[in-house]
Order: sequence, then C-alpha cells, then structure tokens
Amino acid sequence: MEKETCTFSFCQKPEVIEVETDLLLIGGGMACCGAAFEASRWATPKGLKVTMVDKAATDRSGAVAMGLSAINTYLGENKCADYVKYVRADLMGIVREDLIFDLGRHVDDSVWLFEEWGLPIWKKADDGFSLDGFQARDAGKAMLKDGGVPVRSGKWQIMINGESYKVVVSEAAKAALEVNRKATGVAQNHYERVFIVKLYKDANDPNRVAAAAGFSVRENKIYLFKAKAMINAAGGAVNCFRPRSVAEGQGRAWYPVWNSGSGYALGMQAGAELTLMENRFVPARFKDGYGPVGAWFLFFKAKATNALGEDYCVGENFEETKKLYSPYAEKMGTAIRNHMMMMDMKKGKGPIWMNTHEAMAELATKMDAKRIKHLEAEAWEDFLDMAIGQAGLWACKNVEPNKEPSEIMPTEPYLLGSHAGCAGFWCSGPGDIPGTPKEWSWGYNRMSTVKGLFMAGDVVGASGHKFSSGSHAEGRIAAKAAIALILDEPNFKPTISKSNDEIAGELYLPYEVFEKYKVFSTDPLINPNYIRPKMLQARLQKISDEYFGGISTWYMTSKTMLTEGLKLLEMLKEDANKMAAGNLHELMRCWENYHRILSVEAHARHILFREESRYPGYYYRGDFLAINDKDWKCFVNSKYDAEKNTWELKKVPYVEIFA
Amino acid sequence: MPSFVITEKCDGCKAQDKTACQYICPNDLMALDRSIMKAYNQEAEQCWECYNCVKICPQQAIEVRAYQDFAPLGGNVIPMRGTDSIMWTVKFRNGSLKRFKFPIRTTPEGSIDPYAGKPEPDYSKIKSSGFFNAPAKAE
Repeated sequence: MEKETCTFSFCQKPEVIEVETDLLLIGGGMACCGAAFEASRWATPKGLKVTMVDKAATDRSGAVAMGLSAINTYLGENKCADYVKYVRADLMGIVREDLIFDLGRHVDDSVWLFEEWGLPIWKKADDGFSLDGFQARDAGKAMLKDGGVPVRSGKWQIMINGESYKVVVSEAAKAALEVNRKATGVAQNHYERVFIVKLYKDANDPNRVAAAAGFSVRENKIYLFKAKAMINAAGGAVNCFRPRSVAEGQGRAWYPVWNSGSGYALGMQAGAELTLMENRFVPARFKDGYGPVGAWFLFFKAKATNALGEDYCVGENFEETKKLYSPYAEKMGTAIRNHMMMMDMKKGKGPIWMNTHEAMAELATKMDAKRIKHLEAEAWEDFLDMAIGQAGLWACKNVEPNKEPSEIMPTEPYLLGSHAGCAGFWCSGPGDIPGTPKEWSWGYNRMSTVKGLFMAGDVVGASGHKFSSGSHAEGRIAAKAAIALILDEPNFKPTISKSNDEIAGELYLPYEVFEKYKVFSTDPLINPNYIRPKMLQARLQKISDEYFGGISTWYMTSKTMLTEGLKLLEMLKEDANKMAAGNLHELMRCWENYHRILSVEAHARHILFREESRYPGYYYRGDFLAINDKDWKCFVNSKYDAEKNTWELKKVPYVEIFA
Repeated sequence: MPSFVITEKCDGCKAQDKTACQYICPNDLMALDRSIMKAYNQEAEQCWECYNCVKICPQQAIEVRAYQDFAPLGGNVIPMRGTDSIMWTVKFRNGSLKRFKFPIRTTPEGSIDPYAGKPEPDYSKIKSSGFFNAPAKAE
C-alpha cells in the first residue's frame, strides 16, 4: 500500500511552539507530581527549569484521578528487606531487588507529606477500633511521622479517606512548580491538555534524548519541548485486550481507561531497553464493576469461595497446582490464587463469591449498633473513594454487602509496573546496595538505557507493588538523579535533526489523511482509505484477546498462536499510517491506540521468547505449561529499533540480593 | 456508568472560557455543543465513571447512569463534594436510600506551602540515597 504523508495540503497547519527547559516531566500522575516536588527544590537554587506536561488536568489525572481508599505501600514498622521478599514472592521470583529495596527505604516520607498536606489517614483508636481522618484529628491522634498508629488493612497497607488524594498531591506539585517558575522567570512551566506523542534523540549524541513532541487537544498547536533530561511517567496500558464488557461498559476498566500505553511507547520509540514485558496483571475483582477486593480480603477478612462454599485454594486444586508451579504455588501469590480460582470456574463450580455478608456478620458480633453503622459506611467508602461504579452496580442490583455475597472474577489483562505487575523499562538502580551486580547501575538512579531519559511509576520494570505512594516516591528518586545529571553536564544543549515542519507533519498525519479522503464516501465512518481510532482499537483488542492469551482463550497462548497474532499485528501497525482523525480529540485517540499497539507488540514478543508459563493465572504458554526455573529464572530484556522496525531479545541473569 | 448532562440544568458554564466538566475530565470526554450551549459526554464507552465531572459541575447538572452492558436500571449514586467532606446518596433500584459522609481533606483548599519549614537541599548528597528533606530508612 502507498504510504501516506502529511504536507498540510488538506489539513490546517498548526503553530509549533518550542519550549526549552532543563527537566521535562511527562505525565501528571503520582510519579510526576512527586518528581515536581523534589525536582523544583533541587533545581531552583541552581537556576534550572522544571516543566510538567500532562494530557489531562493534573488535579484529576493519572491512576489516582478518582481517589483511593488505601495507600498500599507504607513500610512503617516493617523492614525494607521484608518488603523486597513480599514483592518477589508475589511476582513469581524474578524482580530487581535493588530497585525495590530503594523504593522501600524512601516511600514513607511521601506518605508523611501526604498527611501533612491534608490527606485524612485512619488511625487506631485506644480501644482497637478504627477512627477516620477527622475522628483521629479530633481525638488528638499523632501524625504518622510522629508515631501515629495507622489502621493497617494488611502488613503493607493503610486505610485513608482518599476521595481527594490526587487533588491534594497535585496542589503540592503545582505549588512546587510555581516556586520554580517564579525563580526562573519563565511564563509557563505546567502544560495541561498537551498529549506527548514521541521523543526525539539528540542530533549529536545518538543515545541521548533531546526533545518530546506533542499537541494540544484544545487548540491547533504543536508543542516541542527540548530538555536536558526527562522523566517518563506516562502510565501503563489499559484496554489493549478485548475487555469482558465490550459496549459502553468497556469504560469501566479496572485500571484507568486513559492509561493508553504511552509510557511504554515513548520509551520504546527512543530505543530504551525493556524488561519483563511478558508480565501482565489480571486482577480478580468484583465482577463487572471492578471494585477493589483488597480491603474486603485484608481489612474485613472476607473469604472467597466457589459456589458450593468451598475454598478453591486447597485440596485437589492445590495438589495439581504444586505439580506445575512448585515452589511458587506454596507462596500463594496473586497469580497462583487466580490460577486456582479458574480451575474451579472451568469445572463449573462458579460463580466465585466474595462472602461479604459472612465477614460483616462476624465483625458485627464484637460491635454495638453505632459501630456496626460505622463499619457499613467503611465498606461503602471503599468503593465510593475509588470505584464509584461498583457502588452504583450494587445499587442497581439491590445488593447490600452485609446481606449477600458478591461475585468476583478475573478481568481482562493489563500491562503496568506499579501495581501487582512489573512490565517496564530496564533502569539503573541506586548502586549502593551490597550484593547488586555492578552492571545494574550506570550512574543515575532510574535512568533508562537512553541517556537523559528517566522512568518512574508504571514504566519502571521488574519493580512492582509500588502503588500510589511508591510511584510518588519513585518520581522523587528519579527527579533528584535527573537534576544530578543536568548539573554534571551543564554544557549539553539538546538539539534535534528534524525540522519543526517534519515533526508537525508526523503528528498531524491522521488529520491530513482524514481531510484528504473524507468526502470520498457519503459516510465518513465507512471509507476504504483510512481507519478510525475506534476500529484501530477494536482490531488490536481482538488480536490480543484471541492470539495473545486474553479472556476468550482463558489466557492461553503458544508459539504458533503468538506467531500468527504477531503477523496480524504487523499489518495493524502498517495500517496505523492510515489512521484518520476528524478533530483533536480523535487525533489523541489515534496516537493513544498507536501507543497501545506498540505496548502489546512488546508484550507478545516477550511471551514468545520466554518458553515457560512464569505467570500462571495471568497467562499460559500451552506448549510450555510449567514454570522452568532451570532455564528461565532470568529477566527477559528487549530493545525495539523504531527506524528499522526490528527487535532484539535476550536473557539477563536474575540475582538474589536478599536471601 | 457513563456520565450524562441534564438539559435543563446545564448552562454551558457561560461565564467561563470553557466548561468545568471539559476542564476536569481525565479522558477528554466532555464537549460543549455551542449551538445550544450545553455540555455532553462525547464518548460514553470511554467513561471510567470517575465522577469528576459530576463533582465539579457548579449547576449539579451531571449525573451518571449505569453501564447498560451489565447494570439493571434504576439505581444511582449522587455525590455532594464540599471543601472538607463529601456526602453520598446511594439510591437502590428498589427505592431504598443510603447516605454517607466522609472526610476528604484536613487542611483548607489552596493552603499547601510545599517547602515551608523544609531544609534546603544539600548538593553534596545529590548522588546518595534520601530526599532533600529526609534521609532514607537504613533497613
């Protein structure tokens, strides 16, 4: 097929605005908000400029946009080494222990800041019951940093009143950026509604990042940010696989539907090395509404059973699971529990129930009427803080959790590195943790293999279970290291070889394609010359689902299936040259879906390379159904060459640092 | 549950250069029909039901109707977000109601002074562990 190009013969040429800065923060979620806070403090006295670019409004952007009912990583009284072991066990034995230890030793300071800034945190009352953030304040309970005792739902988790969690964190980040803006005298250093499409390398140093290009989703403007260093924290990838709800319910993704794989695609196109992209997360959640189960399991002590009231993680299921997945089966990580839940579902023993009613009844035996009312409010708040749609679904189905159980089910797959997954980039570690291989640290913490390109949050690979607080802390770690690099090389001047017109042409191509062909047919939706973003996404989801182990095959794939799927994906990637956008909103959807395609390709190629089933319950290689530690207890790393459209994959030895 | 805009209540945020819902939607879903000066959700199947448009609307013109893929009709959830707390009204399909009130922040909006009382950075430690304001945990 003939390749399309954009010469602005059909669509209007946008203005290109060049912004020169020292540190560019791509994203506005927890990680970049942390980065803004830390970076501005180090940068401002040295006259360095910090700039944030967010595709949405920072008050409500990223994975915490709706709010949260818990902070899942707060070490408090626990040891960092134990945090490493917990993460390692849940992620099936292969993780970067240096990165996880480093995260663990830093994360609490971010939680203390959240509380100082105004996030209400539950505290333990003198009688052992829980107080919400206001009750705790009114009772004179100490702040966490001064020894206040949080309400732990699990060993690592604490309960919060988190409806405004992101608003609070954003306010601090914006105030920090404003300090930097005033001191450096720039007109603007916080850009909202600008979607970054692509990174560009330096014209003089082929392995250094120099610029990021994006467009306004509000006006006909392209932004070209030139920076000495960047932090990519543009999130994980959602709705890459065909979801269980395919009509309007596909918006009710478990992870935020706006996490479109940009974090992966930006780094991949710059040639940054990936690790463990075969990893995915398939959370078992309340069916359809995808409400959180953590508080139900850990805080309310609810039990999940099959429809016959049986524990699906014992007996025959457990014995069968051990045969393939020992010694990981015994650790009962999230993947293993999913695996055994599905064993029962396949035997027709579903629905799988979360027995909320039994848990509430048990708790109520120790409570008076007032406390029971508080308990009921706590149960509803868990949803209203972070998955309001689940509360709505309960209301629509007349479900009262204290009276009847609710169904849980494994979702469609998600790619991410901050929750219970670890797909992402291979990053430099801190370098000061004894036992770490030397080659795991190349000077600047959280820098990818591309100089100047730092990673944080969902896109740092092999280091999951950071959650919101850990992502904030990791943004700060990366920011501090990025400022160190900028100070070390004051004479670096980012330069790119492409002209502004060339860049504008690349980004606006879907606009040009649409304008060029739209009158050919009477309905602009049905036109042989282009593909609209919705159909691009539908085809991607169908390929992923059917060939790469989605829900329709019970997460099963194999070499032959992957190979065929990749052939179809290659054609979809070619067709992306004919993406068509009728307006700026669709232009964003086109590029978001292109980012999803690249993320999925990395995922499929990694699964193909790793000849074992490392993550049962998340995906299976039917041709290698077991875990094979002898050959595959290692990282799989890859590099994509965007110019040549080629891949290199390799094994990288795993090293245990904390025995 | 995609958000929807109640025709009678929406005034298109006419005093502003853009509507509050357009400003806040994390997924760029809210659009303004300039011919009638009313907002609408342009892509219902991309709505996460985060309720940020509902919470921010100065006219309380936005509500959410459950995803019809899987939710029976008749229930709804309505927030009323104040400066320090949020009130929720949950209406069940069978007509019964539940009301809840939760804290949302312990400090006044806009009061965060990020570096007040915090130390200056020590550049001799820029390549060590720890943040500008605090050392890392030792173990």
